[in-house]
Amino acid sequence: MTRGMGVEANGALAIETEGLAKYFGETRAVDGIDLAVRPGSVFGVLGPNGAGKTTTLRMLATLLRPDAGTARVLGHDVVADADAVRSSVSLTGQFASVDEELTGRENLILIGRLLGFPHRAADERGAELLDAFGLADAAGKLVKDYSGGMRRRLDIAASIFTTPPLLFLDEPTTGLDPRSRNQVWEIVRVLVAEGATVLLTTQYLDEADQLADRIAIIDHGKVIAEGTSGELKALVGSGSLHVRVLDPDQRSEAGRILTAALGTPFQLESDPAAISAQVSDPELAAKALAELARCCVPLAEFSLGQPSLDEVFLALTGHPAEDTAPTEDAA
Amino acid sequence: MTATETQSDLFEVTALRSALHTQARPHRPTALAASLSFAWRALLKIKHVPMQLFDVTVFPIMFVLLFTYLFGGALAGSPREYLQDLLPGILVMTVAWITIYTGMGLNTDISKGVFDRFRSLPIWRPALLVGMLLADVARYTMATVIMLALGIALGFRPDGGPLGVVAAVGLLLLFSFSLSWIWTLLGLRMQTPEAVMQASMTVMFPLTFASNVYVDPSTMPGWVQAFVNHNPITHLTTAARGLMHGTTGYWDEIGWVLLWSAALVAIFAPLTMRLYNSER
Repeated sequence: MTRGMGVEANGALAIETEGLAKYFGETRAVDGIDLAVRPGSVFGVLGPNGAGKTTTLRMLATLLRPDAGTARVLGHDVVADADAVRSSVSLTGQFASVDEELTGRENLILIGRLLGFPHRAADERGAELLDAFGLADAAGKLVKDYSGGMRRRLDIAASIFTTPPLLFLDEPTTGLDPRSRNQVWEIVRVLVAEGATVLLTTQYLDEADQLADRIAIIDHGKVIAEGTSGELKALVGSGSLHVRVLDPDQRSEAGRILTAALGTPFQLESDPAAISAQVSDPELAAKALAELARCCVPLAEFSLGQPSLDEVFLALTGHPAEDTAPTEDAA
Repeated sequence: MTATETQSDLFEVTALRSALHTQARPHRPTALAASLSFAWRALLKIKHVPMQLFDVTVFPIMFVLLFTYLFGGALAGSPREYLQDLLPGILVMTVAWITIYTGMGLNTDISKGVFDRFRSLPIWRPALLVGMLLADVARYTMATVIMLALGIALGFRPDGGPLGVVAAVGLLLLFSFSLSWIWTLLGLRMQTPEAVMQASMTVMFPLTFASNVYVDPSTMPGWVQAFVNHNPITHLTTAARGLMHGTTGYWDEIGWVLLWSAALVAIFAPLTMRLYNSER
């Protein structure tokens, strides 16, 4: 089988779900999700912990059986034709899906053998991958002695042992330092440039913004918005005004002044001196700043920014994305 | 140079790009090849953590020495005399006990992320479990060889010759492989390795002690005898003694052991697989 050829030739979708749902007892972990993912693109599924991202992905990777709805992956039904799906996808799980008690080299040999390569061919291909991912020097070390970034790179290397037409990445950069995160992003970009389709879940708005061609924002098991990063940002107006007051005690007073001047509610940020508010017109922002100065609220800094996906999330759901839901087990 | 993060400087986009251009997936491995790959994985773990062999080396030696010298004089006149009868039995008991580590190992293993990858591969589904059990058979064999060697050093003389000993060991390994499916089921069902351990011990104590391994059951009360005489460990011990000492009249016992083995696999392998394929 050549990779993904049939799919691209007739313009079919790489992933197509209708009303996909999964219930765990009373919890509707995934509650009717419709997705359409074009081949050769990066599709981001964005949402807080417990939103249903991982459950959705596990159903698409045939690890969970949907309770309702349908899902087709590269033209194959995930329930009726699970084996065909397994033959053409690779999964990189949320918790590194490599074997900690084996070396990097042994991990890749094992994956190669399980894919049907003879031991020696698996070893050669593994060496090539270790080299490409900058892990050649760590090939003989046990994976439990790897850093988080090395582990994740090995994980992705295992996923592309035979470059799959479709790759699932479940929170690929959660817990990584910025440098390792950039490397993972670079890997994803190269994969897609070479024609693979990637479905990634993330709770980092920044990550979806950086990588994904299209983004579905999900919350409580439902898609609440879908589109390009630009389209989603357009949903919340032109941007927002960020302000840091000199004296944190004056923060709420500053908020009242901003709301009065801008006509939009203000948000307290995690920084105890910072607040922000949506801005529909930049001129209003200038007025609001003048008003703050007139009312004797000294500022440490201010900025007028493009809306972040964080703000998109807030505007759509009424709660910030980082505010992790209590039902984390339903993730 | 140690493999620190500085190594990632070697990471290059061009190398990555060229690594992507490879052949497509070959044909999926056969059921046997996939199982052997998982057996290889299990053996590699033993290689990396040799302490895992403690249970198949130190325990067997301890059991042989303890039981031979504690009970030998009292029960059979001399340790050497007792050993002739005890060794096939203690071999059965020890290997049967070692099988419970299978469930505990699986329980710790299954919670790791790598199982998601294994389960998303297009391979024969039972391969992972069969592979683990095959590697365990290698461990059982090791324990057996150690005990036989020690026994012979202490004066065990099997009249059935090497062939009889090999046949007895083969029967023991077959039964142990079959018995292990109970533990794989528990390993998947229970929440923690400790729970698996407790459940396994609850089964193993009556199974191994209420048998003819240590003493002749004829002095036991009737209701105990009823259990002992139908216990597969009793059948296996009688068969192993017969094969090793070249006596007669154990063919029925071999039949019972084969029947028990087949029944254990027929019942517990499908249950295990159902649990393995179901969702966690």
